[in-house]
Amino acid sequence: MTSLMAILIGCLYAAAIYMMLRRSMVKLLIGLILLSNAANLLIFTVAGLERGVPPLITEGAQTITGASADPLAQALILTAIVIAFGVLAFAVVLLHRAYEVIRTDDMNEMKGTD
Amino acid sequence: MDMSVLIALPVIIPLIVGALSLVVLKNHGAQRLLGILGTGAVLIAAILLLWQTRLNGIKVLEVGSWPAPFGIVLVSDLLGAIMVLLAAITGFATAIYSLKTVRKRFERFGYYPLLHLLLAGVNGAFLTGDIFNLYVWFEVLLVASFALLIQGGERAQMEGAIKYVTLNLLSSALFLTAIGLLYGMVGSLNMADIAVRLTAVEDPKMVTLIAMLFLIAFSIKAAAFPLFFWLPASYHTPQVAVSAIFAGLLTKVGVYALYRVFSLMFTAEVDFTHQVILWMAVFTMLTGVLGAASQFEVRRILSFHIVSQIGYMMLALALFTPLALIGGVFYIMHHIIVKANLFFIAGMMYRLGGSFELKELGGLYKKHPGLAVLFLIPAFSLAGVPPLSGFFAKFILIKAGVEAEAWWAVAVALFVGLFTLFSMIKIWNEAFWKKAPEPAIEIPAPVRNKALYWTTGILASMTIAIGLFAQPIYVLAEMAANQLLNPQLYIDAVLGGGKL
Amino acid sequence: MSRQFNMRSLILSTGTTIILPLLLLFSLFLLLRGHNEPGGGFIGGLVAAAAIALKLFADDYPSAKSLLRVHPLQIVGVGLAIAALSSLPSLFVGENFFTAQWWTLYLPIFGPLKLSTPLFFDIGVYLCVIGTVLTAIFTLVEAEH
Repeated sequence: MTSLMAILIGCLYAAAIYMMLRRSMVKLLIGLILLSNAANLLIFTVAGLERGVPPLITEGAQTITGASADPLAQALILTAIVIAFGVLAFAVVLLHRAYEVIRTDDMNEMKGTD
Repeated sequence: MDMSVLIALPVIIPLIVGALSLVVLKNHGAQRLLGILGTGAVLIAAILLLWQTRLNGIKVLEVGSWPAPFGIVLVSDLLGAIMVLLAAITGFATAIYSLKTVRKRFERFGYYPLLHLLLAGVNGAFLTGDIFNLYVWFEVLLVASFALLIQGGERAQMEGAIKYVTLNLLSSALFLTAIGLLYGMVGSLNMADIAVRLTAVEDPKMVTLIAMLFLIAFSIKAAAFPLFFWLPASYHTPQVAVSAIFAGLLTKVGVYALYRVFSLMFTAEVDFTHQVILWMAVFTMLTGVLGAASQFEVRRILSFHIVSQIGYMMLALALFTPLALIGGVFYIMHHIIVKANLFFIAGMMYRLGGSFELKELGGLYKKHPGLAVLFLIPAFSLAGVPPLSGFFAKFILIKAGVEAEAWWAVAVALFVGLFTLFSMIKIWNEAFWKKAPEPAIEIPAPVRNKALYWTTGILASMTIAIGLFAQPIYVLAEMAANQLLNPQLYIDAVLGGGKL
Repeated sequence: MSRQFNMRSLILSTGTTIILPLLLLFSLFLLLRGHNEPGGGFIGGLVAAAAIALKLFADDYPSAKSLLRVHPLQIVGVGLAIAALSSLPSLFVGENFFTAQWWTLYLPIFGPLKLSTPLFFDIGVYLCVIGTVLTAIFTLVEAEH
């Protein structure tokens, strides 16, 4: 399962970078979205994939016994998703406003500040 | 209530003040008042924090009483406290400067709340002892900077913002990836704890790989070679007060993160990692200064000089000797004040001369000799003319380079210093000395403004003071460098129960 | 710009008047149960923001805006202030910054009511999320007009 996830994550990173290298603004945005998802999945995978064992301490015990899913990694992903949500919402608004001002979707046309 | 609360104040004050000034969004007077009071309070807190940290050593606050390494800790070592103080000075100066320069339209769209949020993010990044929390603060300051960057909505701003946003989001994703890999390897997020656990990792090549990911992520944020081009494409587009605080603080957060990570966590293969940083530093210095030489717009020249100055700071980290780190800390202290001030002065040149283009400026020396003197102080300091602050910063660094026998780096550093002087004299000749050109554009009636002169004047006198009283500053930098070179001090402070 | 983004569907508009209060109530329910069970300020805030966005689609921009009465950024401000201030009470009892504090109120009929700083933090998050999402949506709508 882990190696399958690794391949999937690699594909996501590759797709993200491919999209970011395109000239279209919208594709750039899609690239950024894929990139943040790839990073989240990576954290999820490297923390260890455990199936059906929530990290709960059983009645009477003091610590968790045996294997369990890592709750911290999930908290990290949750935080990262929320942040990505905010930042990407901003990016959507920005690209929309930029399109209205510049009237083009082509990144090659945006050389005014280089 | 013990003094450890002090560590939280530089973060929580701007958050609360920023929230309050969002509530009174439509009341301009209240917003400005909150702007001054809030940044002033942060300044006082930062001074107290640095004083306490210098007196009592590294201070640690376990947020929410969750013990390290499980909870998030805020750590104030000397480097962090110095950075917070510099951020507070820049923030306060920007708030005063904004009183007279920021248009009401921008105030209505939340200029002041964003300024406070930016400060909270910057201070949070300087003080946190948790690598994921560092990521969160990076995002906080990024979001605030995005919104500040596009206030005004002109074409150049939009183009600049797209480059800025893309590169910075890419850097954040790489940072997050690196955190994920690091967490998978050592199972901890507390930086002190990670440092301890990394010594036990059997595969140092893997650690170095992760270190390189951090290096790429942070050097994008710091605008180092080869991924610096977002900075000169965007920093000259927003209003001047925003440019100034960006120029002073934002790239330095990246530099700070590099200093923190490569002195605390990734010190196993110094020969390799710091060699890479050395070459990046050399090329950063060169490309920055050469880029500046080809520009004729004041803010763009200054933007390229930010890049070249970042090279000096990275050079200090790359040499990684006690003297070099002293020089690096000294350099950061000198640079933030000088750079913010130069942008402030560029804004005043625009108000008085009607343009940012050197070709359209001229004759400012005759009309405004006070401004000319104010420009010369930070400009010569940036180039490293004695007895100003930049001279000592460069001198210490170059001496460290000679001692480390990094001849190439020393040669480039000297050459870049010369070229910086050339750039500054170019601005001086064109804007101040040469005759005013036939006014192609209508120059607005110059508004003499005492608040602006006071802001830049005080920053300029700080530049002189750092130069004249270099000894106490040197001692402070020496103590900070000592803490950086002995990460055990940091580790003991954090993992030793958080008690002072 | 003459393009109208809503089609004034009678079904949607009538349905919204019934669903809107339910959604807002549900968002409060999610907010309050979030301490120990799935839910919380973020999810609750999203539901509330979605409810107001529904009003926007069903009716029009002015009516959705008047539902709020204040600028969404001001809601963010109030939320951020509540969340940030909830870190301070621990200082007055001599504990570390941001340590959770609990108080129990005894109400005449309902019995004990437990209040805590995490609850206030969550309420702050709730308001922040509503404000942020609506700021983004309203900005896009204003750009359309």
